[in-house]
Amino acid sequence: MRETLETQHEAELAEVERRRDGLKPLLNFLQRPWVRALAPLVLVLIIGVVFNAHRAFYAWGTHRDMLRQVSVYGILACGLTLVIITGGIDLSVGSLLGFTAVLFAQVSIHQAWPALPAVLVVLVAGSACGLVSGELISRFRMQPFIATLAMMVFARGLAKTISGGEKVSQAVLLPDGSPKYLDLPRVFSVIDSKVLGGHLAVVSIIFFACVAVCWVLLGKLRWGRYLYATGGNEDSARLSGIPIHRVKLLAYGLSGLMAAVAGICQAVQEQQGDPEAGNGYELTAIAIVVMGGTSLNGGRGGMLFTLLGAAIIGYLEKILSINAVPEAFRLMLTGGIVVAAVLFQKVRK
Amino acid sequence: MSALSTSEPAGEAAPLLSMAGISKAFSGVEVLRDVRFDLRPGEVHVLAGENGAGKSTLIKIAAGVHSEYEGSIHLHGQLTRFTSPHDAAVRGISVIHQEMSLIDAMSVVDNMFLGRELSRPGSGGQWLDRAAQLRRARQFCDQLGLGDIDLLRPVEDYSLSVKNRIEIAKALAWSARIFVMDEPTSALSEPEVVRLFEIIGQLKAQGCGIIYISHRMEEIYRLATRITVLRDGRYIGTEEAARLPAPELIRWMIGRELKTHFPPRRAKLGAERLRVEGLSLLAPGSTSTGSRRWLVRDVSLSVRAGEIVGLAGLQGSGNSDLFRGIFGALGPPAQGRVLVDGQPFRVRSPRHSVRQGLAYLTSDRKGTGLVLSMDLARNVTLASVPAISPGGWVQESRERRIAAEHTQALSIRATGPTQEVSTLSGGNQQKVALAKWIETRPRVLLLDEPTRGVDVGAKHEIYELMNQWTEQGHAIVLITSEMPELLGLSDRIVAMHRGRVTAEFTRAEATQEKVLEAAMADSAP
Repeated sequence: MRETLETQHEAELAEVERRRDGLKPLLNFLQRPWVRALAPLVLVLIIGVVFNAHRAFYAWGTHRDMLRQVSVYGILACGLTLVIITGGIDLSVGSLLGFTAVLFAQVSIHQAWPALPAVLVVLVAGSACGLVSGELISRFRMQPFIATLAMMVFARGLAKTISGGEKVSQAVLLPDGSPKYLDLPRVFSVIDSKVLGGHLAVVSIIFFACVAVCWVLLGKLRWGRYLYATGGNEDSARLSGIPIHRVKLLAYGLSGLMAAVAGICQAVQEQQGDPEAGNGYELTAIAIVVMGGTSLNGGRGGMLFTLLGAAIIGYLEKILSINAVPEAFRLMLTGGIVVAAVLFQKVRK
Repeated sequence: MSALSTSEPAGEAAPLLSMAGISKAFSGVEVLRDVRFDLRPGEVHVLAGENGAGKSTLIKIAAGVHSEYEGSIHLHGQLTRFTSPHDAAVRGISVIHQEMSLIDAMSVVDNMFLGRELSRPGSGGQWLDRAAQLRRARQFCDQLGLGDIDLLRPVEDYSLSVKNRIEIAKALAWSARIFVMDEPTSALSEPEVVRLFEIIGQLKAQGCGIIYISHRMEEIYRLATRITVLRDGRYIGTEEAARLPAPELIRWMIGRELKTHFPPRRAKLGAERLRVEGLSLLAPGSTSTGSRRWLVRDVSLSVRAGEIVGLAGLQGSGNSDLFRGIFGALGPPAQGRVLVDGQPFRVRSPRHSVRQGLAYLTSDRKGTGLVLSMDLARNVTLASVPAISPGGWVQESRERRIAAEHTQALSIRATGPTQEVSTLSGGNQQKVALAKWIETRPRVLLLDEPTRGVDVGAKHEIYELMNQWTEQGHAIVLITSEMPELLGLSDRIVAMHRGRVTAEFTRAEATQEKVLEAAMADSAP
């Protein structure tokens, strides 16, 4: 009796074993790095197809709008990717976006500067703020979290100072109290338009351009190599003759530059410079970078991951809004999905 | 058992601690084999041996850090096994660390009672009795000459020497009877050392036992009641210090034949490549104000093209610091100068040094050598990125080719140039670190423990490579804790002790005894 039980048990074990062997090719397939990187996106797309209210997911317009809506966050995430690869963090990007948006509205609408100098001045201002953070971190050895937290608060104050606390828009009050409307410069309508017969927003093209620039830097240029080495092991990098100080300046400077690009896009889309703009954007941008798979410990990751992360976050938002999921619920769900995606990557290791 | 009494004279008293038949292996590698050791009340028992003899492992077993071992430990005559460092500490074994175990930001009194806080009666141990802690702390600090210390100030406000005494006061507060001191004087100045020795005298008088590890001959003979020698993880012997003269002690510590074969040196010596003149280096952070702590004092050195110069020195001798100093990792030196190929060389930063043709293989490949998150090819070119990226663009094909060349020349076993170095074996990782420096075509190679953690086969390959490189005209300065390696590879040997050069030997003059003696004594024989 007992023997039969045991043989039966053994047979069951063998069967389990056989089934596991059958699953092996599938498991191996799932282990591949690119499969694992793409898996969360595929999952999100499947959810999109399943919960497909009004068949909106099959319309190109949905995807175009998703891209447009995620572009500003994505541009911030580009700069952040560079910083995070060096093992740092930049919390100031949201505030810098607000500051640069206000500055851009100020010089181009109120001062009526031509487009080129206006854009240049704003880009320089954003980079300068980033360089200050970088200097605090590399020369004065402040922790990136603290230094950029200080910059975050400072830049928000700067935005409110130059705007006088008001939104900078076409409408200005004349001394006698009557409103007057200024012209909106052409640069606003150019950037806020769509190309390819309305199939692609210009801000999305700017986003892709930022991705491309950062991708070239990280993958093809000497300084990109330095960014990875610094984040991978700062001591080894320093002892190998890599100029750590300048590497960090570069990372935070470019992060500031990207924030300024995002600030211009934001101002253009809102047709004004809102001193409160970009509040909390840094968190979404960090989520994009991390969900893509770039490690917060530094040294690992890349632009394609960030592109992926932007797509995941973008689709997630879009799907939730298509299906009219209430705001409160949407936030909870987003939090949960960020955790799930990052846990998934831990398993990946 | 009934004869156990504290009034007995130290010599015959029952041991506080006795360890017998202790064996220990780490992942199959035997570090201790059948070692015994005992400690009597009122004695300083010196544990002697070369680097890697097993001293640290033995005291870690005694202090509960390693709870897995073979053999037996008797504490006050009772068979016991410590389950954790805390367990050993509660039962009266206190380790005074080389690296302080105090928490810098916490106050003196909180440190002293950390993990064994005094609590108010009836509070279930939850409510700290601060008054009682302060009272007790004051009492023990007074005893150690720390009468004017502010118990509420964070320990980081105090000097190393005071911290050292705070650790001892902490041990007393925990009613320790057994003190383990591992190179406690390595960071102390002479008057501070005297102060520590007085305290050790006090502890002895109170019937405590002290296990003392030191690489300094004068210290050993100033303090030791008895000496136990370990060598290659084996027990060699125990003797009264008075009956074990220094030459005999050194023989016990070495006592083995050179058994490894080293490839014959073929390189021809050329012109002087590296010259160090009167170099003195301060410990980082100890500049100007307060106590200036010297890592290296007035060291001069000369290395010719094709030559391997060995730097002998035990822990704390400053030989690794000398490397860091020459390479610029400690910033500009306090005194002295360095010349490369007869040209004065401004020591500024590692970046500057790499450009001037210096290469520095650190002893910790994972911590300061490689970037583990990057692949093999990128690690190989890490120190020569500008050379493969004309105009700023990295030429990946060239990088792959360079990596492939080194993979072949150094017989690195890897799946390809894109394998992550974290997945390579220790020996292959070490070869990647070496390849990185050879790729910079250095004039001088500073090699710190080039064969650490590398298997025998790879070791020989590295010896052969060093030979090749010197033939090509590179100059090598070598640090290794393995005496046979030092003697077998070096054309000349310079011995260092406490940051100074104590002796220099030609290949023919050098013997294990002479080199070890020079590395342990303040002046050459």
